[in-house]
Amino acid sequence: MKRNDGRKPEDLRPLEITAGVLQNATGSAMVRMGRTIAVAGVFGPREMFPRRLQEFGRACLKCRYLMAPFSTDERARPGPSRRSKEISMVVRNALEPAIFLEDYPKAAIDVYIDIIQADSGTRTAGINAASVALADAGVPMRGLVAAVAVGKINGKYVVDLAGKEEDESDCDLPVAYLPRDGKISLLQFDGSLPKKDVKELVKLATKACEEIHKLQQEALMKRWMK
Amino acid sequence: MEKLLKHERDFVTPGDKIVESMEFLPGRNCFRDGDSIYAKKLGLVIVEGRVLSVIPLNGVYMPSRDDMVIGEVTDVQSNGWVIDIRCPYQAYLPLSGVRGFIDSSKTDISRIYDVGDIIYGKIKMVNSSMSVHISMYDRICRKFSGGRLVSVNPAKVPRIIGKSGSMIDMIKTKTGCRIVVGQNGLMWLEGEKESFAIQIIRLIEEKSHMGGLTNEVEKILARGVIDEKK
Repeated sequence: MKRNDGRKPEDLRPLEITAGVLQNATGSAMVRMGRTIAVAGVFGPREMFPRRLQEFGRACLKCRYLMAPFSTDERARPGPSRRSKEISMVVRNALEPAIFLEDYPKAAIDVYIDIIQADSGTRTAGINAASVALADAGVPMRGLVAAVAVGKINGKYVVDLAGKEEDESDCDLPVAYLPRDGKISLLQFDGSLPKKDVKELVKLATKACEEIHKLQQEALMKRWMK
Repeated sequence: MEKLLKHERDFVTPGDKIVESMEFLPGRNCFRDGDSIYAKKLGLVIVEGRVLSVIPLNGVYMPSRDDMVIGEVTDVQSNGWVIDIRCPYQAYLPLSGVRGFIDSSKTDISRIYDVGDIIYGKIKMVNSSMSVHISMYDRICRKFSGGRLVSVNPAKVPRIIGKSGSMIDMIKTKTGCRIVVGQNGLMWLEGEKESFAIQIIRLIEEKSHMGGLTNEVEKILARGVIDEKK
């Protein structure tokens, strides 16, 4: 089976990761997954404001995911929405297990994710970018986080859904994976599928995440070992 | 002994396995999980006997006791000053950290240090709730007047200083500048060739991961100009 864009079912979209794209951020990264582009900037660890939200003995990870008004075909209303707030929370939960937050008591680590161009899979692109940006900022981590969305179209398992595929697919299953621990930190699921299929899909997703992980490491290497 | 998966001066990203053995110990910026030692930060591997550590390439400054830092006074309070030392926590310089007796009820302490002043102090205490206290008791501590303040990556400060101060001493003597380096990544320079000195520091910052940097810097200093083409 060939997909709309000529990929094989288990193929990722052309993936390009660049670290250190923002000058004023402590660490930053840009991820291009096909036509989806995400830019992540990490600031800090820095002083936590408001003070009353400081956590004793650990840092607070603050994520903000936003889609640019010009990122979609139809103009998106600028500013946070219900959807972006939810995804911000989901991204934070996906990244948190990878970071040694206890190394920076009372501090805050700010992660800003901006989607410049959206063609589905924005949260996964955002997580990929954020994890590279965190490593680039020198934040102590247990490992990088890689993420990809998988689905099932016409009875076939497909990796990294793009554009219309998201609507064609029986389900949309974004997975964030910590390749070092072999653990999953994000698993969302839209649609309905038998248990067996879900297990297969998760396996496929983790395999794709390993691939992404290698590219993330290469991007960091390129940035620092010029 | 088990063979190392990463060797001295190898580049590692967080989560990279350095060795799978209980014969080694995790040092700075490394952690143990099960039998293996992994890198915690992005950086270069350093092997010192049985201890494995990683020199970070980027990161913010974390205050620790006895560090010499440069900071800006951001607030004057009734019995001390609040200092910004470019770290996730505010530092405090109490009146007891300044030489001599000062009666805070009779003197306006903003005449000693005022908001906006740049000072060079020593970190006297950092406790578990991350309250940082600075002291100006040391003889080398002072308030700066004039000169220029430069911010560099705190992770690169050891490289700028060099082994027992070799690099910074060379820059000081060859450019004739007075230079003070704070562990927190702030530098103060004063002298005729301060722009040139800053250019050199930027070069060291950029090429910090390379070997033979001291020789290269020595050549540039002898030449007196930075070759732009390179």
